[in-house]
Amino acid sequence: MIEFEGVRKTYPDGTTAVDGIDLTIPAREITVLVGSSGCGKTTLLRMVNRMIDPTAGTVSIDGEDVGSLDPVRLRRRIGYVMQNGGLLPHRSVLDNITTVLRLNRVPRAQARARGLELMDTVSLDRGLASRYPAQLSGGQQQRVGVARGLASDPNILLMDEPFGAVDPIVRAELQRELLRVHRELAKTIVFVTHDIDEAFLLGDRVVILRTGGVIAQQGTPAEILAHPADDFVAGFIGADSGQRRLRVVERDGARIVVDRHDRPVGLLDADTPAHSDRR
Amino acid sequence: MTWILANLGLIGDLMLVHLRLSLIPVVVSILVAVPLGRLAHRVGWLRGGVLSVVGLLYTIPSLALITLLPPLLGTPVLSDVNVLVALGLYGVALLTRSVADAFDAVDADVVRSAMAVGYTPLRRFWTVELPLAVPVIVAGTRVVAVSTVSLVTVGALVGSRNLGSLFTDGLQRGIVPEIVAGIVATVVLALVLDLVIAAVGRALTPWARVSGTSGAARRASRRRAHRAEVPGTAAEDAVTGGGAA
Amino acid sequence: MSVFLEGIAWLFSPDRLSGPNPLPERLAEHLGYTLLALVIAAVIAVPLGYLIGHTGRGRDLAVGLSGAARALPSLGLLFVLTLLVGIGDAPVAATIVFVVLGIPPILAGAYAGFESVDRRVVDAARSVGMTPLQVALRVEAPLGLPLLIAGVRSAALQIVSTAVLAAYVNLGGLGIYLQRGIQLRSYDEMIGGAIVVVLLAFAIDGFFALLQRLCTPAGVRVAGGAAQTTRGRRHRRPATPRGAAQ
Ligand SMILES: Nc1ncnc2c1ncn2[C@@H]1O[C@H](COP(=O)(O)OP(=O)(O)OP(=O)(O)O)[C@@H](O)[C@H]1O
Ligand SMILES: [Mg+2]
Repeated sequence: MIEFEGVRKTYPDGTTAVDGIDLTIPAREITVLVGSSGCGKTTLLRMVNRMIDPTAGTVSIDGEDVGSLDPVRLRRRIGYVMQNGGLLPHRSVLDNITTVLRLNRVPRAQARARGLELMDTVSLDRGLASRYPAQLSGGQQQRVGVARGLASDPNILLMDEPFGAVDPIVRAELQRELLRVHRELAKTIVFVTHDIDEAFLLGDRVVILRTGGVIAQQGTPAEILAHPADDFVAGFIGADSGQRRLRVVERDGARIVVDRHDRPVGLLDADTPAHSDRR
Repeated sequence: MTWILANLGLIGDLMLVHLRLSLIPVVVSILVAVPLGRLAHRVGWLRGGVLSVVGLLYTIPSLALITLLPPLLGTPVLSDVNVLVALGLYGVALLTRSVADAFDAVDADVVRSAMAVGYTPLRRFWTVELPLAVPVIVAGTRVVAVSTVSLVTVGALVGSRNLGSLFTDGLQRGIVPEIVAGIVATVVLALVLDLVIAAVGRALTPWARVSGTSGAARRASRRRAHRAEVPGTAAEDAVTGGGAA
Repeated sequence: MSVFLEGIAWLFSPDRLSGPNPLPERLAEHLGYTLLALVIAAVIAVPLGYLIGHTGRGRDLAVGLSGAARALPSLGLLFVLTLLVGIGDAPVAATIVFVVLGIPPILAGAYAGFESVDRRVVDAARSVGMTPLQVALRVEAPLGLPLLIAGVRSAALQIVSTAVLAAYVNLGGLGIYLQRGIQLRSYDEMIGGAIVVVLLAFAIDGFFALLQRLCTPAGVRVAGGAAQTTRGRRHRRPATPRGAAQ
């Protein structure tokens, strides 16, 4: 569980990227931070592994204030995946995946074996192991990024627009795979995107941020779809445009969530989370 | 031609001396410019100052710098030390900028991802940023090496014995082939050194050789390395290099 | 250090205006060589550079040329040409050498200036109906001007430096003080001369720096200049997060 308490971040140039956020991110679920460009998603995410320190407030993992932890060691036990993979261009695919393991002094042979396993996990052909990142397609690079994020078997995986730079088809494929990996490994995933469809597709919980770094609404996709908190959220999720993949309809007196093809994917106003049978 | 054939031993001897006089300042300038350029890259407010100073240094004509050094260093006027120090200063002036550019050119996302993975800052420098900066630094070093070899000859005017001695001697005695031999030997030396440094650079950066499919980053880095080779374009900001002769 | 004071004293001695080598005369000589060679080099290199930049052809040749020029020892070049044309025609030999040294940086500046212009801007200019010549003169040339001037600045410094060596083929210039100073061991003259040479180089550098600034189109300056495109790249933020914990 990751908790933000009264977290604020003001950069030296005076920009306030995150303004007093209280947020609890449950363990073993996918929580998606969504919002338009510049609303502080990346800043919020990076405060978890202390790439950025908050100006005020605390971030804690399982009750432990990250501010009190050594940043380098903290980062080695949290997976981080960024747009374009952020791969080291001068290291082979396998070396990239095993970086954290090697940093944690795992013996070379063992790290290698684990790296190859991870390539299987993210459906990468093992034959690519000795290639350099520049020799891979964008989608493959992204898979390497995910494998690297998973390498140290972290409890937490932070993903910053990981699928932002690939075409829609590869993107859909990567999204499906992420859901599969999550089903298998059940990590706590914090996923940043500015694509509301992606947020609703992947998120157990979705947190919508608005410019200035404040939370506009949070909840399950179904809750947000059913009750947009205000006009901003309604506009952002396109509730009025009817173009969402998911929307809410009334059928036989019950309110249910349906996808683009009118197939029911969940039941609102029920005890179980509406979307849980979607997978 | 007869002069050259009769003096092959002398030419070879001078080439060796010349090589030594060139290598020392090149090596020293790498050792000084890498930390200095890194500093300029890291510390925003220092950057402008450092680069202006080295830029100004580079505008000083070589003979003037060589003659101004003895009172500053306490060396005799006719000492190789003055030549070595002057050339070292030019090397630092040229290379500091390349180094700063080289570190600027390292993809910020790559640096961030190394940070996110849990590299300590020191390790990140040695295993990520420095290796990725190598192509541009090598390009800068090649420029420094070539111009240093050529500038050493000016030292002959203050009594330094090197290939430039063939120029002064040839002028005095009116022997055209002697001067031509000196020019050719200097150019050959510069060329060989250039090729050697380029080869070392290639050996250090095996990843830069792959024929990838999505090589946009590689093309960009080659473009940057290329730019370092063109004197006019390296001088995009306030500071211009290209003075010393 | 006292040698510096002697050098300065030498500089301000009344002999500088009268003696056998009056300073204003030598300075004028030095500037004359520089200016003449710079103009000739520019007349040759600017059109050629624009052609390379506009067509994109011959670029590798030009790059190779400027590399080779760096390897050429200007002292040897000056001496051998002087011997070949005869010491009586030394000014011709010297001018040729200066021009040869001045061409590569100007060439590089000219084509780099053209190349630095955003291709989308060129396309936009074409799309509004500019002829190729109009594109070259109204878009590429003005936007590439700062880089061209950077090239001219390099060339000017190169020539000023090399002109110091002209004294060794009896052409005077400011180098004569250095030559005499070293030969006659009159160190005040040597230091004084060196100081004047350095000041001249700084002045020329400063002049072109100013010119470069004035010639940067206002819109480009507002956007942060050419440096922004090379350094800022895709990110609007500093390379490493400033507030970051290390
Ligand atoms: N290092 C920094 N210095 C100054 N301001 C910054 C810095 N990093 C981010 N900002 C500013 O803080 C705000 C939030 O930035 P952040 O990167 O967190 O947004 P984001 O939601 O991730 O945007 P995007 O979708 O474009 O990635 C923006 O206004 C940004 O310009
Ligand atoms: Mg972001």
